[in-house]
Amino acid sequence: MAAAKVVNPVMTDLKGQTLVTLRTLKEKNPASLATYENLGGYAELKRIVTEKVKAIDIINQVKVSGLRGRGGAGFPTGLKWSFMPRYFDGTKYLVCNSDEGEPGTFKDRDIIRYNPHQLIEGMAIAAYTLGAGVGYNYIHGEIWAEYEIFEAALQEARDAGYIGENLFGTNFRFNLYAVHGYGAYICGEETALIESIEGKKGQPRFKPPFPASYGVFGKPTNVNNTESFASIPWILQHGGQAFANLGVAGSGGSKLFSVSGHVEKPGNYEVNMGMPFTELLAMAGGIWKGRNLKAVIPGGPSTAVMPAAAILEATMDYNGLGKAGSSLGAGSMIVMDETTCMVKALKRLSYFFYEESCGQCTPCREGTGWVYRVIKRITDGEGKMEDLDLLTDISNNISGRTICALGDAAATPVLSFIKHFRPEFEYYIQYGKSMIDGK
Amino acid sequence: MLKIEIDGKPVEVDHGTTIIDAADKLGVTIPRFCYHKKLSVAANCRMCLVEVEKFGKPLPACATPVAEGMKIFTRSKAAVEAQQSVMEFLLINHPLDCPICDQGGECDLQDIAVAYGTSGSRYTEQKRVVFNKNIGPLISTDMTRCIQCTRCVRFLKEVGGMQELGMVGRGEHAEITAYVDQSVNSELSGNIIDLCPVGALTNKPFRYSARSWELVRRPSIAPHDSLGSHIEVHVKNDKVMRVLPREKESINECWLSDRDRYSYEGLNSPDRLKVPMIKHGDEWQETDWKTALEFAASQIKDITNEHGSDALGALVSPNSTMEEGYLIKELVHGLGCGNVDYRLRQTDFRLDGKRVGTPWMGCNIDELENLDRILVIGSNLRNEHPLLAQRFRKAVANGAELSIISPLDNNPLMDIAHKIICTPNDIVNVLAQILKSMSQLQRLSLCLPTSLSELLEQIRVRPNTEAMAESLAGLGKSFNLIAPRVGIFLGNMALSAPRFTEMYSLAEAIGGVSGAKGGILPAAANSTGMHLVGVMPTATGMHARAMLEVPRKAYLLLNIEPELDCQHAALASAAMKQAECVVALTAYKSKALDNANVLLPIAPFTETSGTFMSMEGRIQSFKAVVKPFGECRPAWKVLRVLANTLGLHGFDFESSEDVKNKIFNGEKPSDFARSRLNNNMKELVDIEAKIKSHGLQRVGEVPQYEADPIVRRSEPLRKTKYNIKRLVRLHPDEMRAYSLVEGDLVLVKQDQGSTILPVRPDIHVAPGCVRVAAAHEDTLGLGDLMGDISIEKITAEQVAAIKAKETEAQN
Amino acid sequence: MLSEEAIKKIDYELTKYPDDKRQAAVMSALRIAQSENGWLSPECISDIAGYLGIPKIAALEVATFYNMYDLEPVGKHKITVCTNISCMLRDSDAIVDHLQEKLGIGFNEVTEDGKFCLKEGECMGACGGAPLMSVNNTKMHEFLTPEKVDAILKELK
Repeated sequence: MAAAKVVNPVMTDLKGQTLVTLRTLKEKNPASLATYENLGGYAELKRIVTEKVKAIDIINQVKVSGLRGRGGAGFPTGLKWSFMPRYFDGTKYLVCNSDEGEPGTFKDRDIIRYNPHQLIEGMAIAAYTLGAGVGYNYIHGEIWAEYEIFEAALQEARDAGYIGENLFGTNFRFNLYAVHGYGAYICGEETALIESIEGKKGQPRFKPPFPASYGVFGKPTNVNNTESFASIPWILQHGGQAFANLGVAGSGGSKLFSVSGHVEKPGNYEVNMGMPFTELLAMAGGIWKGRNLKAVIPGGPSTAVMPAAAILEATMDYNGLGKAGSSLGAGSMIVMDETTCMVKALKRLSYFFYEESCGQCTPCREGTGWVYRVIKRITDGEGKMEDLDLLTDISNNISGRTICALGDAAATPVLSFIKHFRPEFEYYIQYGKSMIDGK
Repeated sequence: MLKIEIDGKPVEVDHGTTIIDAADKLGVTIPRFCYHKKLSVAANCRMCLVEVEKFGKPLPACATPVAEGMKIFTRSKAAVEAQQSVMEFLLINHPLDCPICDQGGECDLQDIAVAYGTSGSRYTEQKRVVFNKNIGPLISTDMTRCIQCTRCVRFLKEVGGMQELGMVGRGEHAEITAYVDQSVNSELSGNIIDLCPVGALTNKPFRYSARSWELVRRPSIAPHDSLGSHIEVHVKNDKVMRVLPREKESINECWLSDRDRYSYEGLNSPDRLKVPMIKHGDEWQETDWKTALEFAASQIKDITNEHGSDALGALVSPNSTMEEGYLIKELVHGLGCGNVDYRLRQTDFRLDGKRVGTPWMGCNIDELENLDRILVIGSNLRNEHPLLAQRFRKAVANGAELSIISPLDNNPLMDIAHKIICTPNDIVNVLAQILKSMSQLQRLSLCLPTSLSELLEQIRVRPNTEAMAESLAGLGKSFNLIAPRVGIFLGNMALSAPRFTEMYSLAEAIGGVSGAKGGILPAAANSTGMHLVGVMPTATGMHARAMLEVPRKAYLLLNIEPELDCQHAALASAAMKQAECVVALTAYKSKALDNANVLLPIAPFTETSGTFMSMEGRIQSFKAVVKPFGECRPAWKVLRVLANTLGLHGFDFESSEDVKNKIFNGEKPSDFARSRLNNNMKELVDIEAKIKSHGLQRVGEVPQYEADPIVRRSEPLRKTKYNIKRLVRLHPDEMRAYSLVEGDLVLVKQDQGSTILPVRPDIHVAPGCVRVAAAHEDTLGLGDLMGDISIEKITAEQVAAIKAKETEAQN
Repeated sequence: MLSEEAIKKIDYELTKYPDDKRQAAVMSALRIAQSENGWLSPECISDIAGYLGIPKIAALEVATFYNMYDLEPVGKHKITVCTNISCMLRDSDAIVDHLQEKLGIGFNEVTEDGKFCLKEGECMGACGGAPLMSVNNTKMHEFLTPEKVDAILKELK
């Protein structure tokens, strides 16, 4: 398979960004193996494998780096790696979660299309560290071009001897494959993703057992997000501490923020953790059309919406957003200006969770549809004041009572939208139309 | 052991126990829908959420293993809130159509809603509607009622061995269905009705015929295969309305085969014989019992007086009770006749007189799942012993290596480690190869008797047989050698085969060198019991086959339809035709009894008391669950009065218990059985192990829903996929050899009989075999189930000519 | 019937998994068959199940769970427009309206000439380029305007 041609993105202004996972972005052919090698790519993998660096030392560096899972849950990556059983009779698996489907999240796509080799190297290092012989990168089915780019990059890496059997003349083997989703948000949940790799419906598994003991094909498996894996080569090249130093306490490193919605320049911005929100907003060109900020969903819809006043004071890191009443999630900032009707916005989000519920657990299967229908009834002009308490109650009854976190995620927007914008909902119920656009 | 507390009550449980199992042990009820002790844990219904100290959110009791010191609260505020909210979610899309739902009164959703739900609903939106699916004649669906617990899906996949149902779609649109327009074909399918916690899957034949509270539930024993499943017969107005499993962990667990569940429809068949009948000339006339019995007795007497007592032959169904078997044997013996037998589908009687005791399966049913090496010889397990097959499936799921030697390569829905598909006759050679290979592996050849050693010298071991032998020997595996867990079993096809004796002897020898348990898997509900009470010819008497080959002047038939229940349909038919007198004790009027002279209506198992002995030697008595239909009488009574009428003594039994006591002669039945069950042989038989090289051999298995007079009258079972039109099935190689293509008509000949049937290629049939099922009108002209057979292609014109000739002959 | 080409592609996908885990390739197999036939007929799903040696219902479960599979004919060009929050904020409604008017069909309908079908999509993970749509599950078109939509439609004809 010939390497797909990826041209340099239209990104004129990289000022203020710290390019870690997108470090090839400045180059002419950012996705090519040559580009990556010229920047010192795969040197770290080669060093680690040929010098037989101890797994424990690598894990320690990752721990020191303060890297936390970039997929949204923010679990310390080094700690997660230490859960993998050291000795196991049979194949252990490594899985990269590139199934970005949370609205507002599109960072992994850029890593795959602009810097796939760093991801491959990160996975290979992880495979070496964890003793995984086989890896899968599970890519969101909708971004098909990126799937093909990654397949091509894998072939390049195979041909160059970075993945495959007996790497660098040692007995280290790592066979990495691209696999794809085909339209199911739930597969972003790691056990649903594992089920999907096995060719099943993406229905999350009950935990425990966790993937580290019972993962792909029932074997020990480590699952990490694309951005997490892509950070690894940089961390090992520069040292864990250097990565930690990029960020702030509790949030090591730089992070890709996907900025979408009502900004002048939507896109990905890789900046140091702890950056004030206002600075990031400015990088994205500020609110579009000269309007005012109304609210931001800072980490994808499974994180609570924040009114302008709260987000404008916040810094972009785990603690900063936590203190401000929401969370960092996957760093997927959905920016809403003053013309946004929050009732309609919530209707769309609740429809999303209703559509994407896998149907396994009763509260989520039945509750997400109920929530959507009530909100739709409100926007149809048939709402009742009791509906707001009912919505809150249904959401509380879904939250915390399901196998996976989709139930919680579905409840969060309902609870936070009503909490922060209750008057808009009351207006809609009373007048049968939006307080914002009058329609 | 872990010490935990549930609702303040302390309990000690094993490591790995889940909260729900611990609560069940303690007798604390936790509501549940998706959880079932026999299925994998899905944890999807969320009904069993409970509060656990130090956990911020309620946990599913079914999926949470307990930890030391755990304090669990099943009725705390947090737990109740969680349970009530789940109940509310479950009901929002449920139609709440209980008044018209068959599940009403025995519905988990109903019961749990009353106990754990609230009285009102806050749901005012449109409810979901799900289209019903037609999944076959046994199960009716109302999918709008479904709560997606997936018990049915998991049962068919995990217990049934084949995923036939699935949950398609997702979220609120998820629904349970079979593949586009397909039916559920598992022979264990009815269990999903019991598993369904709502009224989504209900019993189709039973539908709308009774409310659950109108039914009286009475215990009984399943009357078809020899598993001895415990059943509960549901009765309304003295009619059997349905049959459900009665939980018995060591036998049927909580399951039942479809045959045992739906055969009851045959009890209510219009074929039931209501009053005694006597044939005058060609006319059947109804009569009273006294007349009928006197007529029967005088006929029997006249014939035995005139032709000698051995002019009589008695053929007994192995599905009849031990008491009935005992009485007919005593009656025949009392007349000075030794011709009585229950082994109607056997041809090879060379083992008679060579057995030490009563043959049985050689171990207990619940031991099967712990075996680690298994050899099954000549059995289509799912057809012969549908529920027992599930135990083998469990063993295989636990890692057992299953080897199969059979003329049919049917999918048992479990992984097979080794299989050899060959003609019934060649099984002998294969077994000899295994014995040779194993004795070499075990270095035990010196222990074999000389006659066997000499035989084995001529045997050439083939690689696939060697692999099977290695598996049975546990080569290269770390199996327990002190207490080996090997099982060897012979099935119905082996029992019916002309070289059964050799198969049996070699299997015994293989068992000897491998330390295996095992024996035969008897075909019918009381095969073992019939052997135990000695329903077999005396030393000078004739066995079932001889009684047909050398026709008797008079026959006494107990609970059989000779052409359908005997090995050789054509012989049976001819024998009945030529007899001067046939006295049939039967529950049914039947074409197969057209040649009888007296029909005495007897009570089937639901209308009489009696005892069966199962394959594992378990003696199980049962009582009548309904009054006898019409003028029917329990067969034990009929036999007693017939004996009295014949002037025989010693038949003064007041009850079936009296007969039972007489059989066991004061001994405890289980001790009595244990001391007599024995698969060993007194002496070796001559074994011929040459491979047959010419001619074709019939594989005439008995389809499971044709096995006996009751089940073959169950309409719902007749409508299943298993009730296929009779065909001749040949391996594609044989098709080519005989220049046949699918759909060609072939003239099938056995002995003097023949029939014409369409042919179909079937790669699951061993080359050299012709698969033509038995026990059916279409194959009545044929002979031995596993006998020699020939086929020739025949054109439509030739068929017409033959038909014309037949008509001519009849006129 | 699966074409030889399709079998070849499925075989390639099978190399990614252990030999006894053929079910794992069902996602790809369905995708390959769909791109060849335009949609997944029951016969086609059954063929795939047969080729992989899995129960048919297991293949159907997968085909119905993931919403990029089409179990009904969708015409030559399936246009899936994302209407989720980030696209909605950048007026995906206007794109939907424009497409519906231009093609004369609503969501889940096929134009009379069988050329176009319109689907409402969930988040495609490319929200920076909102509003956007995907054609035949493979080609993503971002930063849509009614004019850009016209140009794309013209090219597809």
